[in-house]
Amino acid sequence: MTRIAYVPLGHRLAHMFEPLARQLVRLPPVRWLLTQVSRLGFSGKSLVISVPYVWLLLFFLVPFVIVLKISFAEQVVAQPPYTALLGWVDEKFLTLKLNIANYLFIVRDSLYWKAYLNSMKVAAISTLLCLLVGYPMAYGIARTSPAWRNVLLMLVILPFWTSFLLRVYAWIGILKNNGIINNILMSLGIIDSPIVMMQTPFAVYVGIVYSYLPFMVMPLYATLEKMDLTLLEAAYDLGCRPFKAFLRITLPLSIPGIVAGCMLVFIPAVGEFVIPELLGGPNTLMIGKVLWDEFFSNRAWPVASAVAIAILLLLVIPIMIFQHYQARDAEAGR
Amino acid sequence: MNEARRNDKYVPPWTDPKAEPYVRIEKVTKKFGDFVAVDDVSLNIYKNELFCLLGGSGCGKSTLLRMLAGFEQPTSGSIYLDGVDMAGIPPYNRPVNMMFQSYALFPHMSVEDNVAFGLKQERLAKNEVSKRVNDMLGLVQLAQFAKRKPHQLSGGQRQRVALARALVKQPKLLLLDEPLGALDKKLREQTQFELVNLQDRTGVTFVVVTHDQEEAMTLASRIGVMNQGRIVQVGTPTEIYEFPTTRFVADFIGSVNMFEGRIVDEDNDFVRIGAEDARCTIFINHGVAAAPNSTLWVAIRPEKVNISREPPPDASENCTTGIVQDIAYMGDVSIFNVKLDGGKVVKVTQPNLFRHAEETITWEDRVYLHWHPASGVVLLQ
Ligand SMILES: Nc1ncnc2c1ncn2[C@@H]1O[C@H](COP(=O)(O)OP(=O)(O)OP(=O)(O)O)[C@@H](O)[C@H]1O
Ligand SMILES: [Mg+2]
Repeated sequence: MTRIAYVPLGHRLAHMFEPLARQLVRLPPVRWLLTQVSRLGFSGKSLVISVPYVWLLLFFLVPFVIVLKISFAEQVVAQPPYTALLGWVDEKFLTLKLNIANYLFIVRDSLYWKAYLNSMKVAAISTLLCLLVGYPMAYGIARTSPAWRNVLLMLVILPFWTSFLLRVYAWIGILKNNGIINNILMSLGIIDSPIVMMQTPFAVYVGIVYSYLPFMVMPLYATLEKMDLTLLEAAYDLGCRPFKAFLRITLPLSIPGIVAGCMLVFIPAVGEFVIPELLGGPNTLMIGKVLWDEFFSNRAWPVASAVAIAILLLLVIPIMIFQHYQARDAEAGR
Repeated sequence: MNEARRNDKYVPPWTDPKAEPYVRIEKVTKKFGDFVAVDDVSLNIYKNELFCLLGGSGCGKSTLLRMLAGFEQPTSGSIYLDGVDMAGIPPYNRPVNMMFQSYALFPHMSVEDNVAFGLKQERLAKNEVSKRVNDMLGLVQLAQFAKRKPHQLSGGQRQRVALARALVKQPKLLLLDEPLGALDKKLREQTQFELVNLQDRTGVTFVVVTHDQEEAMTLASRIGVMNQGRIVQVGTPTEIYEFPTTRFVADFIGSVNMFEGRIVDEDNDFVRIGAEDARCTIFINHGVAAAPNSTLWVAIRPEKVNISREPPPDASENCTTGIVQDIAYMGDVSIFNVKLDGGKVVKVTQPNLFRHAEETITWEDRVYLHWHPASGVVLLQ
């Protein structure tokens, strides 16, 4: 658990798949294969280590290349609905046709810009809200007795035991005009007519903050829990009041957790589709939704691919910041 | 040593009934649940003292220190600092600073910022802060490491940063919890002298916790020996070593040979004790306030026992005999383990006065052990 904030993404995947890989290499056909391969000069260890990289290659890099390819194609009414990049001219010239019109289109059409900026805004605000809600939660959990700690942590991850979709639908039941909140408020006589919450940005924020909160709480908890509490005693001893000690000691020392939590919330929230689709109104302009519409409604695969590549490029920047922090942190930890 | 202490007319404050103690600990008890960590401790510590709390692991030294710093509240009893009752005063309002057993340096701040942290809480002017920080870093010889982070320092350097951070606030009372625990022997000895020097120069009252008796002997003006949450004896290093009042203290400080016996003859100015396991009569040249026929113990330090192959002129008292079982050559001294005829093993140390002695005592030699009538300490409990 405490590793979350400190292990770079690739290594983390490697850790996840190591037990699986170990099981796998015990199977006789795999063993036979390994023997054959090792005769060619590869060691078993390097093969085990390579499993996650093979996984990333197959399920991340290959799809990425396919999407990249489609993004440079032209839309046609055909099956599949895009042109090939490579072609033959006069049966002897291999030609590569790169169509950058899709990119020009999404840059020029203000719809995409607005959707991008709005997604960024929604993700940023949601991340901030998650941080504001999640920090006190993580702090509280990290500072209770060990027995309570496990119970509270269980409660934080308990929602994962039911389907994500189901939980978002549950929010519809809570927020809609004749939903739980409005019914209670009206029966108490606090309001006369229902407050419209569904299909508003408010509902989208509620959905995102609710769904991504555990991803904020976990890394924060991990950093706060391993903090040395004598540092706080030392601060008090030097004349620092508790609140100031929190600002000067606890907060700076939890920055790795804050950064990790923010990245884990921000990055998926930018591309979020299900929550704005279900809780937000038809006017909710988010890039994930635009992508969906291009792909399924307009069958504009090349434009949709270009949008996907653009999201990826925009997200690479925060990921690089994240990795930079981790590298710095690993340095300082030594 | 302190100027005042070198002066012949110096009267130690603890012998002066009029002296006002600087720290007064009155019947302090601390319980964790049912467990009594500090048990009814009363203690006076005077200004400019370097007081050592000495005791085995888990005897409550840190707990007592933490109550002085304000991290723990006494279950009962009270603590006065300079005449002020400290009950309910939080750590950040006490004129006390502590150096932690683990140093507790702030890992995200440079050495400079660590030392400046306490001063910044007092809202001092910027140049005042940096001046005092620089002076302090000079004092602990860390000026060239000012910009480094704690993890870029060696253990000894970290320890000095922790010391500087606690001292820079010029507290009235400095608490040090095993300040030299992490240092190697050489650096330890060097730092012990630095600490004593520093204490002389700054005039701060130090309370040092340690479980290393040698360290306590080197540093302290007085030592408080603790056992199972209680203070069992308070005294100067000499008093603690030469005049222990209980078997625990005699045994805990240095090594000792303990003989059990009964009084066979006594008067106001002497006592004769028949010690079965020593196989001789022990003559002590002062009176003892013990009930006749009660069991008591005589403690004799190894360096106060003479060892020879020839019997001494008067072998009737304070003299016993045995076979050399073991010899440990330590360079400056040799340690002999002598098995008495009754089976008890007695430890004797003798300085190696000559580089090469003709007639050295070796294994399996029959030897005579004898000591001066003033060497034995009679212990009633
Ligand atoms: N917060 C606490 N809760 C319960 N028991 C405690 C607590 N703090 C200390 N104790 C107990 O009180 C006793 C004294 O602890 P303390 O830390 O004062 O020992 P110490 O003399 O400093 O030992 P050491 O030399 O090992 O540091 C120990 O038995 C310890 O287990
Ligand atoms: Mg301790």
